[in-house]
Amino acid sequence: MAEFLFEIGLEEVPARMLASAEAELARRTMDLLGRERLLEEGAGFESFSTPRRLAVLVGGVRTQQPDVMEELVGPSTKVAYKDGVPTAAAEAFAKKAGVSLDDLKTVTNAKGEYLGADVHRAGRSASDVIAELLPKEIASIYWAKNMYWRAGKPERFVRPLQWLLALLDDQIVPVAWAGKTAGNTTRGHRVLHGAEPVVVEHPGQYRERLEAAKVLPHIEDRRYKIRKALDHVMRTVEDTRWREDHALVDAVTHLTEWPTVLLGKFEEEYLTLPEEVLVTVMRDHQKYFAVEDKSGKLAPYFLTVLNTQANEAGEHIIRHGNERVLRARFNDARFFWDYDQKQTLVERVDKLKNVTFQKDLGSYFAKTERVRALAASLEAILVDRKISVDAKALDEAVLLAKTDLTSELVKEFTELQGIVGGLYARAQGVSEAASIAIYDQYKPTSMEDELPRSTEGILLSIADKADTIGGMFALGLEPTGSKDPFALRRAANGIVRMLGEAKLPITLSEISTLATADSETCSKVKGFFAERVEFYLREAKGQAYDVVKAVLAAGAEDVSDALARAEAVTAARDSEDFLAIAAAFKRMANILSQAKAKGESVPLAAGKEFLTEPTERKLAEEAGRLAAWVDGLRRKQEYVHALEAIATLRPHVDAFFDSVMVMAEDERIRRARLGLLQRVLADFSKIADFSEIVTAG
Amino acid sequence: MAAVAERKVSLTFQELLFRLQQFWAAQGCVVQQPYDVEVGAGTMSPDTFLRVLGPKPVRIAYAQPSRRPADGRYGENPNRLYKHTQLQVILKPPPANVQELYLESLKAIGIVLEEHDIKFEEDNWEWPVGGAWGVGWQVMLDGQEITQFTYFQQCGGMDLDPICGEITYGLERIAQFLQDLDSIYDIVWAVEPDTGKQTTYGEIRMYEEEQLSAYSFDYADVPKLWDKLNSYEAECLALIEGAKDIAEMTDIKQQRRFPVLGAYELALKCSHLFNLLDARGAISVTERVGVMARIRTLVVGVAKAYVAQQNAVASQATTEQAS
Repeated sequence: MAEFLFEIGLEEVPARMLASAEAELARRTMDLLGRERLLEEGAGFESFSTPRRLAVLVGGVRTQQPDVMEELVGPSTKVAYKDGVPTAAAEAFAKKAGVSLDDLKTVTNAKGEYLGADVHRAGRSASDVIAELLPKEIASIYWAKNMYWRAGKPERFVRPLQWLLALLDDQIVPVAWAGKTAGNTTRGHRVLHGAEPVVVEHPGQYRERLEAAKVLPHIEDRRYKIRKALDHVMRTVEDTRWREDHALVDAVTHLTEWPTVLLGKFEEEYLTLPEEVLVTVMRDHQKYFAVEDKSGKLAPYFLTVLNTQANEAGEHIIRHGNERVLRARFNDARFFWDYDQKQTLVERVDKLKNVTFQKDLGSYFAKTERVRALAASLEAILVDRKISVDAKALDEAVLLAKTDLTSELVKEFTELQGIVGGLYARAQGVSEAASIAIYDQYKPTSMEDELPRSTEGILLSIADKADTIGGMFALGLEPTGSKDPFALRRAANGIVRMLGEAKLPITLSEISTLATADSETCSKVKGFFAERVEFYLREAKGQAYDVVKAVLAAGAEDVSDALARAEAVTAARDSEDFLAIAAAFKRMANILSQAKAKGESVPLAAGKEFLTEPTERKLAEEAGRLAAWVDGLRRKQEYVHALEAIATLRPHVDAFFDSVMVMAEDERIRRARLGLLQRVLADFSKIADFSEIVTAG
Repeated sequence: MAAVAERKVSLTFQELLFRLQQFWAAQGCVVQQPYDVEVGAGTMSPDTFLRVLGPKPVRIAYAQPSRRPADGRYGENPNRLYKHTQLQVILKPPPANVQELYLESLKAIGIVLEEHDIKFEEDNWEWPVGGAWGVGWQVMLDGQEITQFTYFQQCGGMDLDPICGEITYGLERIAQFLQDLDSIYDIVWAVEPDTGKQTTYGEIRMYEEEQLSAYSFDYADVPKLWDKLNSYEAECLALIEGAKDIAEMTDIKQQRRFPVLGAYELALKCSHLFNLLDARGAISVTERVGVMARIRTLVVGVAKAYVAQQNAVASQATTEQAS
């Protein structure tokens, strides 16, 4: 059993691509070795990556493929022998298989009798197999953006290849790709180790040799070191802690080979700037961690993760440099903040005429006007349904919502759009309710993100997103496949989530109708929302595929209602009676659809007088009584109880199917029975179409 | 004070340029003078934009003053300029150790790598108007972006083969860094050897920043700018049209002399006029896309004409040699 180490040396790979590429290289290598019968039972692997390398270390590798006996099938015996004498076809087959004519056998399969040969295939050495097949795997690694670098454009990769290392125990495997042939050397840290190649004699030495050359190849080692160092450094400043930021920890983990952490300070005067601005500058522009005091308030420090280990003089220089850069950035932000105050948001409304939203949909001014009307209609619907809304604050928020796009601060920090508007609104004396709505208008930006904090904020967010969706659909710019350049799916997901989680009694139909005047577009938008509701119930709410299908078949209009129904159906699934009823409903649906296929007309509850059997009369009677009861519960959205009630129908349904043949000879009886089934299905499918529920067996 | 003592040892602005030029000259680069038509970036000089096209190897370095009218701040912002200086290094094809060479160049300007934090962070460059893009990094030195490093992939909408390495040093940023200053205008540009008298960046360039910011934002005559843009565009288009006949020309001199480079200068003029109009607030966002498309037609058209001309001249020369 041997160990196999493979490393691809690259110029700095984009941090965002590293983790998935590392996993892909490992997967491809393991698949290849498995496919080629080169893995022992219980073989395992470890994978590595730094900005300059991807690597995989596999344990339990065979140095030689096992020999195999393979059965080759040749021409049919009719062709292979003439009067018991082997023909040219038989000879050719024997030659190809490398056996004598005497060793040929007969193989019988479904198509007849054929010549066969047992061939002994000698396993090849792992080294040969890997050297031959691994290059294809390297070339197939997916990169979000790749490049050519060699003349003649023979291959593309994320960045130019610098070296390959491939070792099977202490033997170099001559894997060759992109003009490089693998050896047994890697490189250390650019500065701390320098250009001197690092020799790895055996795969097991990989980690220690690299660590000696100031590279931590394991992502988790670096992440651990960074977190430890962040904690450690913060202990030097009393009553402070670094602000947790998983995405940033990830980013700096992938940007470094030998991370260390340095604490810097900035002047307290900058703390008068809003925290959102300071944190954005530090995190998004400088990749610094923010520091907070015990109460969670920002403290005048920052932490930067270095890709080096400086001595004391170096630390001083690096700290000083970073502090100077941050000061310049903060000064810029303060300059923009002050500059922007020269013109209020109200005064900026008119400037929106010069900011294009989309070339065929006009300016942000035009959008604002549309969203105002839309928001007012949504507000009217809610008021009508006894939900109070601060109409004045909502309208003010919509009017000012996009004005921050004309501010210097948002031009500089686009990720702060909305937030800056909210901050400016508050600073300029706009009502708190409107300011909060403006601040939250882009929320939720993902399935995990929080919703806007107020009803006004939610209405602004829904109206803005609905207007965008309606407008883009009208232009035929709806998302297709993986292409969604205007992030319309995200916008629609946001609307669905807000409706579902804030439990607003507005239907998606109402929103679609308000979003576009064109009826054809409107029906497309409705279909789009229906897809999003399905996505929401399944992906965000974890509802099973069949439950979602069943619930949506009974209506997808009201998201919070659909969610309540789905949750009730999921809860009811554990009951044996419910499952039996679901199975029975499926049977009814099948009988009805088969009957309709045969041209039977099935009027609802036709010819009750022809229901003669006691069990069918009982079912009709019980179902009728229960339907009224279930309907009452349904209207009160007491779905759990409603489903329990429906399940009580089980004995009557069972008895019906046990004793009655639906497709009776007599047409009148047949029609009456079909009508009964139709009635039962219609009455009890308003919460969910139970025939969609998958029942075991 | 320590700061004063440090300032004495660090490089002046002009020494910084000298050292970098010397360094790249030693790597076989031809050191050229700045291009004399307004450009927004060193990439737009024909020495980059056109010479990256085609198979001929190129190694050049030049400092390029680059104008970005919308970035002007009347000299009031210590970190932003109407016009800044890029040192542009073009290596076609890029040597395999181009990153190491770059790090060597930092040593040449007195940066002790062991005392700094250097990161190559993904930053892909794109100039849609020129149909040009590449992948690469911004080089971060102690949290400051000091260089844009790009592997050019396409130019004028055409794949490059071989590709080209482009290193763009932001000279003001680097000088500010080396001299440890909060304001660009305090950068020491030169020191008189005899007296030690210092001349600052502000002394040399402040007037220009003040006045050209004022021109771009307040004075530029919008209708006249449009007139010029339209007129340069028409002339450029006519030349691009004429360039279609290059392949048919029988006289190699006539082929060589057809002014594709003249057409490119006209396209650059249009690009600068667009930037001025933009800074002046005279281009609504709706118009913007349309005007950019017009300039793209010019720039990409010239690039294609340039390639056609190079090919035509090369094949003519081969024919003449053969006969």
